[in-house]
Amino acid sequence: MSEALVAAEAAGTGTEPVPAASGARQFWRRLRTQRAALVAAVVVALLVLVAVAAPLLTAIEGQDPTTYHPSLIDSARGGVPIGSFGGISGDHWLGVEPQTGRDLFARLVYGARVSLGVALAATVIQVFLGVVVGVAAALGTGWVDQLLSRLTDIFVALPLMIMSLALLAIVPASFPRPVLVTLVIGFTAWGNISKVVRAQTLTLKGLDYVSAARLSGWGTWRIARRELLPGLAAPVITYAAILVPVNISVEAALSFLGVGVKPPTPSSGQMLTAADVWYQAAPQYLLLPAGALFITVLALTVLGDGVRIALDPRAASRLSAGTGRKREARKEGTA
Amino acid sequence: MSGFGGFLLRRLVGAVITLLAISVLVYVVFYATPGNVAQITCGPRCSPEQVRQVAEQLKLDDPLYLRYWHFLVGLIAGQDYSTGTSVAHCSAPCLGLSYQSDQQVLDIILAKLPVSLSLVLGAMVLWLILGVGTGVLSAWRRGRFTERLLTGLTLAGWATPVFVIGLVLMIVVCGELRLLPFPQYVRLTDDPEQWAWNLLLPWLSLALIEAAAFARMTRASMLETLAEDHIRTFRAYGVAERTIVVRHALRGALAPVIALNANNVGSAIGGAVLTETLFGLPGIGQELVHAVNVVDLPVVVGMVLVIGFFVVLANAVADVLYAVADRRVVLT
Repeated sequence: MSEALVAAEAAGTGTEPVPAASGARQFWRRLRTQRAALVAAVVVALLVLVAVAAPLLTAIEGQDPTTYHPSLIDSARGGVPIGSFGGISGDHWLGVEPQTGRDLFARLVYGARVSLGVALAATVIQVFLGVVVGVAAALGTGWVDQLLSRLTDIFVALPLMIMSLALLAIVPASFPRPVLVTLVIGFTAWGNISKVVRAQTLTLKGLDYVSAARLSGWGTWRIARRELLPGLAAPVITYAAILVPVNISVEAALSFLGVGVKPPTPSSGQMLTAADVWYQAAPQYLLLPAGALFITVLALTVLGDGVRIALDPRAASRLSAGTGRKREARKEGTA
Repeated sequence: MSGFGGFLLRRLVGAVITLLAISVLVYVVFYATPGNVAQITCGPRCSPEQVRQVAEQLKLDDPLYLRYWHFLVGLIAGQDYSTGTSVAHCSAPCLGLSYQSDQQVLDIILAKLPVSLSLVLGAMVLWLILGVGTGVLSAWRRGRFTERLLTGLTLAGWATPVFVIGLVLMIVVCGELRLLPFPQYVRLTDDPEQWAWNLLLPWLSLALIEAAAFARMTRASMLETLAEDHIRTFRAYGVAERTIVVRHALRGALAPVIALNANNVGSAIGGAVLTETLFGLPGIGQELVHAVNVVDLPVVVGMVLVIGFFVVLANAVADVLYAVADRRVVLT
């Protein structure tokens, strides 16, 4: 996943004035007409459901993600799960982890919980910082704007992966890892969204209704809250929707490198660290976390694309230019 | 100051300011944090005596701005390190000393750099060809089966983490089919053929992921250009669609792609860290992960500064190329 492309795409919706949010209803109607986005939304809803209901699901299975089952692994063969297909049985629906015998199903659903939780919380931090800094830079006088814009540039320049890795080195090991990973991702990758918000705010600032508010003697704070924030909703929501899958990938990558979420807390990326050693004896130990990651990121990306198109009608007609879908898009636009 | 020369100069000054700002931020984040900075810098197995020396070296008793100034001067002009018995000189650009390995950080990075450059530059050739090719093809074949297939593949590549693709490639190609041995880094100067064979899978893994980003960007950019008036005029004149796509639309669409390639350097370096770790290539990415795991602070800080330098450099070069490629860009 590329942050730069995300920035470029979101900038496309941010630098030009987007028609102010025309209501949630219209948004849903536009989202509904996109079949792929709809399927993605259902998949995302299911994933969220699994993550939220993880304790319930594992209770039904009768397992938990952290208990070792030494009796289920063959220590003479280096810790390979006993039984066919990596120890799949009525008790362990997806088999057990090599070496420890921890239940794979439980680790997978709890992993989804960690993964989605970290990604969503980090997105909230990024959006908050991006909006605050972006709006402040656009409304601030000369040197405030200079300072904040320069600060933003630094955070755009420093690669998210590298900065996250580096920051993880200096924090004591006693700090709860999922919280730490959330904070690191959240505080590192807010630069692009801040740039988009600043550009959009500058555009809005010049519009008549904002000038009217200023002329009627409204304070900066009130204008920002009542007049600017609603106009920022579309690009910010678009950007947030694109950021969630990026954050999922980064969390998985950090955990894969062994510096993110650490055992016994489960995470898909972390499971993949050792998967290549075991793929012959327990192929699902590789395939399940890889598949879970793939489906999660894919569904969130497609949904993010759908959200972008639903919020920016011009994107829909532009992307389908010259195809049969153009007529559809036009019809939808006037509906 | 006006014209192209002025633009270049302003861009250069901007890049230098950003670099300075990065150095301030990095210094504050890593050396002004609560906790025993000298102990963290020196490493867990340092004696109290060594820790005291490091504290002196970092001038921890001085106020923060003086300490930063000392750090910056050391970075630009070089400085001497006292190791108790002897004095080591670290010449400019001095990134400091790794107390854990008793080596200069710059030497550590320079030793690992060829591996990372081999990986990233090789992969870059692949991802530009694959990405731009796919993007152009799917814009050209829009509305047909080819486009849908390519868009699906692109999306799949975009959604797959680089280490998953690498893992699967490694298992299938090296483990099951035994077409290639498990990659081991061979120096280009030792054996160019083995160098390429061993890097083939890492290149592919990194390139497939990055190509997806370029394919999306190129396609969107091409479609935008194809919808413009001058293209419609070409069509009206009866110019062949192929000529329009390759000769005219691609030229207009290329500027954003150039910009993306530079902005993407950061993300590509992140991908390289993962690729190196997965395939066990001894590059700066693997070294960074190692340094993070053993908490070798000077190496971590040095890496962040060097990578930040490359990213800022790439962005500046991209801005200049962008201005050259697209004359409509206003030089500010």
